[in-house]
Amino acid sequence: MIKLYDYELSGNCFKVRQLMAWLGLSFQRVPIDFFPGKEHKSPHFVDNVNPLGQLPVIDDDGFLLRDAQAIMVYLASRYDPRKSWYPDDAKLRGQITIWLGTADEITRTASAARLHDMLGYPFDVDACRRGAHAVFRVLDDHLAERASDGLQWLAGDRPTIADLACFPYAALSHDGGIALDEYPALRAWIWNFRHLPGFVGMAGIPPPNPAIVPIDPGAP
Amino acid sequence: MTTLTDDPNVLDEWLIAGAASSLAHSSAGRPVITGLLGQQAALWREPDGALRCRMGTLTPTVQERYGYVWVCCSGAPARPLFAFPEYDEPGRRIVDCGGIGVAVGGLRVVENFLDMGHFPYVHADFLGSVPRTEVVPYDVRTDADSGEIWASNCRFWQPITSASASGGVEAQYIYRVAQPFTAFLYKTCVPRPDKQDAIGLFVQPVDQERCIAWCLLVYFEDELTDTDLIGFQQTIFGQDKPILENHVLKRLPLEGRLEIPTRADVMSVTYRRWLKARGMRYSVHV
Repeated sequence: MIKLYDYELSGNCFKVRQLMAWLGLSFQRVPIDFFPGKEHKSPHFVDNVNPLGQLPVIDDDGFLLRDAQAIMVYLASRYDPRKSWYPDDAKLRGQITIWLGTADEITRTASAARLHDMLGYPFDVDACRRGAHAVFRVLDDHLAERASDGLQWLAGDRPTIADLACFPYAALSHDGGIALDEYPALRAWIWNFRHLPGFVGMAGIPPPNPAIVPIDPGAP
Repeated sequence: MTTLTDDPNVLDEWLIAGAASSLAHSSAGRPVITGLLGQQAALWREPDGALRCRMGTLTPTVQERYGYVWVCCSGAPARPLFAFPEYDEPGRRIVDCGGIGVAVGGLRVVENFLDMGHFPYVHADFLGSVPRTEVVPYDVRTDADSGEIWASNCRFWQPITSASASGGVEAQYIYRVAQPFTAFLYKTCVPRPDKQDAIGLFVQPVDQERCIAWCLLVYFEDELTDTDLIGFQQTIFGQDKPILENHVLKRLPLEGRLEIPTRADVMSVTYRRWLKARGMRYSVHV
């Protein structure tokens, strides 16, 4: 069974949990005390699991792989028989890879602001927030353009790992003091992503609550 | 940096300022900096072990207790630090879950901790589950000697009450408010039914609209790892966080008309009246 070195509040770990849920893969969690224990920086973890001291990491029957984006490419390539999350199409894969790079930029900016505000990391939070706004501007413009063509997702006509890669730290941006008021297309995309069937969510990004029934405006 | 408050409810009170372990490599030349009451507080440990705090023109008093650093900003504490006898009870596991920054006034975080009504909605499938949403009546009193609020006979059906849970239970709680920014929850201890596990919530008021919420577990628990226990607590708090930060009023309103309580909110009503009676102004909506 696939092992996932995991931390609940990590958006990058969420990407892997969510993809495995969508692929119907069962996995064994290896919980890591990221905070306050900094277990991902411990000698044991750095020597045996990930020399960069980062999460997530998977161990698929002895095949150790780090980096959320790399793990998604691997899992979707190997375990998605419908080739839906990482389609076998040269142009689409090129476009998806753009957004995997953008996801790293979101981690460097919006996720860093979140670590500062939430867990007290000593980062230059103003620089993190400026960087996050710059990358969210690009995302919002792209999504607005796509919407004008009747398309909802970052690449192709279905959700892919491009969307999953960019989603969590956009949805958690408020944790880093970054408001999304200026990005209506980005907010609509977050809403649509949360409402995909099988969305598991995480602490801070709850799945839509089935117990809360929207009010029917046509009801008497 | 903001003007220092003149509210004695915070100036003369013991306020948490971080984990004692974080000062391990500190010194007068390399203090640990944190935020308290809108000011920067510099904390360090002297070579002889004594804790020191520098905060602008103030001369705060510092003490180490329950694994944390406590600061009285005025240097003239109104009372000793609250008692927490369970902390020193043999056989207990002590687990610091760390401090999580929240962009809301600290009194909001304490009030949310005291509220059972939100369990089935915010902590769905953990601390509650729709349609079992009823908060059955419980007892609240203010202890004449200690001045603390105690709520007892609190019961709530919980699908996963803790990291060690193996199925739904009717959890039995006792709540305690020891200071405006300090509350406890005592709950039935699964392996030792004659004892109660304790959770301490210690809120550090960074300023009137931002805080750091520290959580301490004092459990009888032999099987789970610290990582399991911390993970559960952080998951629960991670669910609360966006709800807390969505409050339009970042500070707690103490006047009755702004937010309407129901029968289930007796504890919250008592907490707000208790704050009002002591003339609390810091982190209070006016």
